[in-house]
Amino acid sequence: MYNEKIMDHFQNPRNMGEIEGADAVGKVGNIICGDLMHLYIKVGKNDEGEEIVEDIKYKTLGCVAAISTSSMVAELAKSKTIPEALKIDKEMIANELGGLPKIKYHCSILAADALAEAIYDYLSKNKKEIPDFLEKKHQIAKKTREAIEEKQNG
Amino acid sequence: MKNNNKKVYLDYGATTPIDKDVVEKMIPFLGENFGNPSSLHSFGQDAVVAVDEARKKVADFLGSMESEVFFTGSATEANNIAILGSIKQKEGHIITTAIEHKAVLETVKQSGMENSIIYPDKNGIVSVDNIMKEVREDTVLISVMYANNEVGTVQPIKEISEAVKEVNKNRKNKIVFHTDAVQAVNYLPCGVNELNVDFLTFSGHKICGPKGVGVLYAKEGVNLSPLIFGGDQEKGVRPGTENVFAIVGIGEAVELISKNNPEKTRKLRDKIINFALENIPKSIINGDLEKRLPNNVNISFKGTEGESLMIALDREGIAVSTGSACASKSLQPSHVLLAMGLSHEQAHGSLRMTLGRFTTEEDVDYLLEKLPTVVEKIRKISPVR
Repeated sequence: MYNEKIMDHFQNPRNMGEIEGADAVGKVGNIICGDLMHLYIKVGKNDEGEEIVEDIKYKTLGCVAAISTSSMVAELAKSKTIPEALKIDKEMIANELGGLPKIKYHCSILAADALAEAIYDYLSKNKKEIPDFLEKKHQIAKKTREAIEEKQNG
Repeated sequence: MKNNNKKVYLDYGATTPIDKDVVEKMIPFLGENFGNPSSLHSFGQDAVVAVDEARKKVADFLGSMESEVFFTGSATEANNIAILGSIKQKEGHIITTAIEHKAVLETVKQSGMENSIIYPDKNGIVSVDNIMKEVREDTVLISVMYANNEVGTVQPIKEISEAVKEVNKNRKNKIVFHTDAVQAVNYLPCGVNELNVDFLTFSGHKICGPKGVGVLYAKEGVNLSPLIFGGDQEKGVRPGTENVFAIVGIGEAVELISKNNPEKTRKLRDKIINFALENIPKSIINGDLEKRLPNNVNISFKGTEGESLMIALDREGIAVSTGSACASKSLQPSHVLLAMGLSHEQAHGSLRMTLGRFTTEEDVDYLLEKLPTVVEKIRKISPVR
């Protein structure tokens, strides 16, 4: 069902864990299946003085697709500048993994959303300008989080 | 990465390996014995004899008359005929349970009848009273599975049938009682006179027999109409040329049910359950421990997701299944676990291990060697403590 690259990321997830004293955290959930992901970033600067994702780690509760896309998003985002990191979407993640089974495509949204949420958290904490599309994404993620909590408590 | 190619199959609830003795009986009917049982020449008559023999074996097992045994293409089809084929009225009411297989639940929904769906207790057992409370003037059918496929819980079929019998004494329109016995036939008594059911259904491929064949037991005198139309095979109840080799196979498989060793299977089951409870933190057993099939283990590991557990075990050569939403095409968690009142989270991290005729102690030990590491590994990735 899953290709070998996906299985490799699932069996050996890269950059898995938490960052103590992280600059920002993105916490997202999948309302459909109940998967959860927490993504931590530390922001640094490159030689040109641009802000980059210096370190990135995550914890994921979910299926093979959710775990392997988590691993891939961390690999893709590491050392990228913030605007570059914001360009990482679910298609890019799935392509890098050599394609996900069709029914599993929704799982790759989780990883992309967690990264966007973490960057949103960083920008808003540091009173930096938030692009419109990111603000919209954040509102959806927030709503989903609340719906999941309601589902779990109800 | 794969561990020395060792393979352990613990998904007998999904399907079973075919017993070699069954295969041996079937093979001639894929070769020289190809006749159509409807033909009057010797080729056809050889096939008739084979189908009749299979029917006799099933009837012996059920303690029924041969004329009460119908072969179908699957247990799903048998359930459909029992439910839809027994309804005479245009309007009416059916009682069933929330933990039925989809083959019953969907059929009841499609029947056009009103229905009452009875929920089980938290241990996965439905109560006789809760079922009988729903009986109405226009109730035509009650359908309750004998044993559940996901959590292995055994339902009080005999008690329900006795209660139905009582109610029927004073009714003009008798209620018929159906039990889906797919998971039960391997280990539970299935004498239809003792169970006192009108319909009992099961499948070939869950009893070390072939796929593509099922059995419908229908009590003499109970109304039964076909769902598909054609010739007079299976007395017109299930037209279509008999699947002779599969029928031969299910007949043999039924005869060989006595080869199962429920005691040994129960010991292996309990070895898994006890090991998990003692050695894997935050393990919860789903389903009643006493009223349970001897081959079913269903455990939730808190803070995990079942599909990833299942795939990680598969990489070790161990085949199990899960009630997690992530593993289902509908992306819904198991309707059985939810009906028992489990949280989405608990259903999310559930694993089902079903044992069977060929499961050895060595298989179970191999599982127990790998399981704690796999659970630990998945938990390490999880943000939920």
